[in-house]
Amino acid sequence: MSKIRRILTSSGGMNALSSVMAVLVGLLAGFIILLISNPSNAVAGFITVMTGGFSDMFNVGMVLYYATPIIMTGLSVGFAMKTGLFNIGASGQFTFGMYASILAAIHLSFLPDLLRCFAALLSGMLAGAIWGSLPGILKAFRNVHEVISCIMMNYIGMYVVNYLIGVTGIYDQFRNMTTRVPTAANLPSLGLDEVFSTATAHGSVRNSSVGSGIVIAVAICIILYIVLEKTKFGYELKSCGYNRDAARYAGINENRGVILSMTIAGGLAGLGGALLTLAGAGRGIAVVDVLAVEGFHGIPIALLGLSNPIGIIFSGSLVAYLTQSGFLLQQHGYAPEVIDIIVAVIIYFSALALLLKGFIQYFLREKKAADTDIAGTIEENNGESPGDASFEDDSESGSFNGSKGGDI
Amino acid sequence: MDFGVFAFLIQQMMFFSIPLLIVALGGMFSERSGVVNIALEGIMIVGAFISILFLYFVQDVANNGASATQINPQLLLLIALLFAAVSGVIISLPHAYASIHMKASQVISGTAINMFAPAFAVYTARTVRQVQTIPFYNWFFIEKVPFLGDIPIIGPLLFQRAYITTYIGLLILLVSWIVLYKTPFGLRLRSCGEHPQAADSVGINVFKMRYIGVMISGALAGIGGLVFVVPSAVTFDSTVAGYGFLALAVLIFGQWKPMRILFAAFFFGMMKTISVAYSSISFLAALPIPSVVYKSIPFVATLIVLAFTSRKSQAPQAAGVPYDKGKR
Repeated sequence: MSKIRRILTSSGGMNALSSVMAVLVGLLAGFIILLISNPSNAVAGFITVMTGGFSDMFNVGMVLYYATPIIMTGLSVGFAMKTGLFNIGASGQFTFGMYASILAAIHLSFLPDLLRCFAALLSGMLAGAIWGSLPGILKAFRNVHEVISCIMMNYIGMYVVNYLIGVTGIYDQFRNMTTRVPTAANLPSLGLDEVFSTATAHGSVRNSSVGSGIVIAVAICIILYIVLEKTKFGYELKSCGYNRDAARYAGINENRGVILSMTIAGGLAGLGGALLTLAGAGRGIAVVDVLAVEGFHGIPIALLGLSNPIGIIFSGSLVAYLTQSGFLLQQHGYAPEVIDIIVAVIIYFSALALLLKGFIQYFLREKKAADTDIAGTIEENNGESPGDASFEDDSESGSFNGSKGGDI
Repeated sequence: MDFGVFAFLIQQMMFFSIPLLIVALGGMFSERSGVVNIALEGIMIVGAFISILFLYFVQDVANNGASATQINPQLLLLIALLFAAVSGVIISLPHAYASIHMKASQVISGTAINMFAPAFAVYTARTVRQVQTIPFYNWFFIEKVPFLGDIPIIGPLLFQRAYITTYIGLLILLVSWIVLYKTPFGLRLRSCGEHPQAADSVGINVFKMRYIGVMISGALAGIGGLVFVVPSAVTFDSTVAGYGFLALAVLIFGQWKPMRILFAAFFFGMMKTISVAYSSISFLAALPIPSVVYKSIPFVATLIVLAFTSRKSQAPQAAGVPYDKGKR
């Protein structure tokens, strides 16, 4: 019992618990919204939100399909966060990744299938990396705050890509979007789409859109975990995030760290875009002046996953699960946007980590006091109440407070 | 270029510049008090949505607003602006609470609001109307202001083919400038953004000032949302097309100073006007420049300006840093 408590009260455990609480508060908010908008269906609707993604194999497959790109953008935001940067530009990097992968998949038709797919993935990653590196360079050499430059880069990326689609010959004017990626260039499905399928009432089988993309995404999460936790390179990048001045004092080239981590973050988002376009589900870039939403979904996923690559697999799956449930929610007469509201509430409460941690502390201390009187008095001497419990140690989630450069 | 085209450009520019001006001024109050507000986009959406919803309910849209003809259109617009301001304040309060009381990351709580706002607007619209757009009857257009519209040169530029919101925006600019620089309140607000510890030591309530700063930004961003929608559409589709982020760029471009913000807003508005209307302006259409250039110039220009000014930026020193009494 005391061991469990020790895990829970440790910094990492505390952060994980407050993520879970944020999710619960978000779901509660969703339920309340369902209740207000239509009380009679609210319970059935909420059950759909909770269980919809697991209701049959097809839905599970779709959850994995939706999870793939947003795990990658979550990883992009989370990786940058670990190194003390807030990559709000995942949207532009993602769009560039989509564009470059479509371009390569269509124009590199002389390559053998698998190589062509690989080249498309690689060019998506490179395009995202280039787009991500620019805010990094501006931050390192000109002290421009990455949040603002990333927001600008999102819009520039969207306009430039919309323009490039027209002039590089991949524009399908009937659908007002990019030309379909040829099947030959698609990622191999590894038979996953048939595993995650459901027989329909008419006797046919409905395959989901999942393929090898999710495998690649998970593999990259694991690789990044190893890089961040077990290598000198990862340690250097992280130390820039914890304390830039200390990192410089220790002889780490912080400018190089900033540029590299933004480049890698951009590459991850770009690869996410490539994985989406090459999944074989017909997704392309619609030529409208709207930013790619997947990039912004990366933010809550990174926050919920505590910027930990393994955590991001779970939080990405959670958001994908809620998204798929949102589609099913429409059968109860609710608009699927309630899911976005839930996610927004989750982000908000994950920002209120201080409050949630205070609650958890308070809760655990109550139990502790009941266990042993001595422990209780020691805790009381510390004089911490849930309201003003101060946690300076945000390092697990990678705080932005430490580094203030430039201006927002 | 003849004067008619020039006047047309200025009139169009106002439709884009004034909302940017109002929202950037809102952001200025927040950041000058020490709270970074990237939620401006979300607040604009909420302000626009609530006020358009109000217009939708009081106007009989299907009958060209027949039932609303009892009331003066400009008065109706003013009431709608009030709705926008109040709803903007309400939605900005969670951001204020998180960033002031909870010392949370201001970027994250702002992002949460930016995500919440469009979802809330679409969801509510679909629940109320089954579709996500909210129509309103746009009869707020002023063809010509009496007397003032007849003044040569200035008349066609400022007092013809306009909305009352243009004058409200300029009024807000004037009031903002006076409040910020000529009142004790403005001095206190700025001190909280520069050095809150020092402000606290002379008896200024930093938390209160920051709450007021964020609430003013909420009110102005809400108003800006409606001001953006009214001249540009007859329906509201739960988006303000990135104007909140653009306003943030205007704010930085304007170096957190009201008059510079005005010029930044005019610059951005002019670029936007050209990107929208260049094909109908003969001498611009003749140039071999694709529209992508005009569309991205405001953003590229912001990046370039930032690259040259960020080293000696005049940003409020304490913007984005939660106030901690014990800190030295």
